[in-house]
Amino acid sequence: MGEILVLVGHVDGSVRKQTLELLTLARRIGEPTAVFLGSGAEAATEALGRFGARRILVVDAPEISDYLVGPAVDALAQIARSVGPAAILLPSTLDGRETAARLAVRLESGLITDAVDIEAGDRGPVTEQSVFAATYQVRAHVTKGIPVITVKPNAITPEPLPTAPEVEQVIVAFSAAATAVSVLSRTPRRKSDRPALTEADIVVSGGRGVNGAENFAVIERVADALGAAVGASRAAVDAGWYPHAHQVGQTGTQVSPQLYIAAGISGAIQHRAGMQTSRTIVAVNKDPEAPIFELVDHGVVGDLFQVLPQLEKEIARRRG
Amino acid sequence: MKHVPDATADRGFHPDGTTDRESVDSLLSELDEYAVEQALKLVESGIDAEVTYLTVGPGDAKAALRKALAMGGDNAVHVSDDAIAGTDALGTSLILARAVERIGFDLVITGMASTDAAMGVVPAMLAERLGVPGVTYLDELAIEGAVVTGRREGDTATERITATLPAVVSVTDRTGEARYPSFKGIMAAKKKPLQALDLEDLGIGAEQVGLGAAWSAVDSATIRPARTRGQVVPDQGDGGTELAAFLAAQKFI
Repeated sequence: MGEILVLVGHVDGSVRKQTLELLTLARRIGEPTAVFLGSGAEAATEALGRFGARRILVVDAPEISDYLVGPAVDALAQIARSVGPAAILLPSTLDGRETAARLAVRLESGLITDAVDIEAGDRGPVTEQSVFAATYQVRAHVTKGIPVITVKPNAITPEPLPTAPEVEQVIVAFSAAATAVSVLSRTPRRKSDRPALTEADIVVSGGRGVNGAENFAVIERVADALGAAVGASRAAVDAGWYPHAHQVGQTGTQVSPQLYIAAGISGAIQHRAGMQTSRTIVAVNKDPEAPIFELVDHGVVGDLFQVLPQLEKEIARRRG
Repeated sequence: MKHVPDATADRGFHPDGTTDRESVDSLLSELDEYAVEQALKLVESGIDAEVTYLTVGPGDAKAALRKALAMGGDNAVHVSDDAIAGTDALGTSLILARAVERIGFDLVITGMASTDAAMGVVPAMLAERLGVPGVTYLDELAIEGAVVTGRREGDTATERITATLPAVVSVTDRTGEARYPSFKGIMAAKKKPLQALDLEDLGIGAEQVGLGAAWSAVDSATIRPARTRGQVVPDQGDGGTELAAFLAAQKFI
């Protein structure tokens, strides 16, 4: 089996869950080699080894943080040319997708984005994607070059497989193109005790029916009772009631949790595109005709300000 | 910009795995309207520039160009060729790159993704092919002299990024509402120049694009079984308690 390059998503060496998902998928189609860009590789080694990385290739250069995407493309392209991998897996994040796009052009290789599953096939990896607002399941494979595949976060459950990875430092000669887009500043988003939207098993979202920023506390309390992430519809975000980073939908974050609770969300197509692959869907809405009810496993036609506090109380009582 | 099947209609595929564009009405991809708006705003802010719209697509894709011209701008270029049918993102970026090089440019503005394929990769591929900076997913952009600066919601932080022109910039739906074409704008658009180009004009061989040259192949496209609508009950005063019972039965509590 060939080597599979996996781009590690991390913040200062703290490995993101999406990477563990990529390593788990990589093991099905070959032998995973983690590509770690930036500083903090020592801190990441244990986590990468626990999920099956055979090798860790580290590129620790200031260019990685000072410039956008370009250095990552240079590093992955140079590593790919020397390793000759059977595939390259990246997370379907902003930077992951863009890195993949440029890499595919540079390596003259086919690209598949937003895979939700990967398995081995006769002609290389076979991917599964969910398209047209998740109304279709598409199976596809790359026909030319090294398959470059981006995978949606939270699509699969990471499975540990302990290894003792070899760690190698790699020196990359960066091109002029790598330093074309400078990062002037990075302002980390406010740390939250709640799980990240893309990684949460449960998401509780509020929409137009929440009717005000201060009322989002009702959503947050149910989320906290369930250990869930908080989401918001585009209407709620556009109204300024909740930060954009929490927007669920086609132009926000696409989520696929075990449980999705939509409160005061009618379910416009753009919102449904971002959540309808959730395993269990629950909605609370005053309007019995709201399209969201077409998707639900359980729907309550009612006032979210009555239903959610009661739900919160009942969760506390049951956990008593 | 891209002419796409209406996202609110039931979209589907042909047996060869290409998008069915005939049985559904198409329109200018909503996310591209934000790019049009930003181009027009830059000109209105006093930057001396000519705005040219570019699309690749079959005959009716001209409608997307007319819509944009009705919003404002100067002229449009329509790349169309029978051999283009089925072209994937890599092929599309090649066609766009050749067309942009032929037209000449200081700045290419695109939407963040199309509303059909929604890959969001063509702007980055175009920048790579043109060998210019790709300044992507901007929520805000400013041009000063030959420098573009913007703000984007990155994966873990809010980033301010900058590059020198010429560049490819993609903008999000948070850059500001796109204007509606006025009646006067619609009438004026009919008189604005619309240039037609084919693959030969761009020096691209038919074998380089189309379904046969695609870099990936669809093995199957199947309709997901529609979700079976579960129980929807009116709140009789115990809706929250019932909901908790449902969640407990599903082992979420």
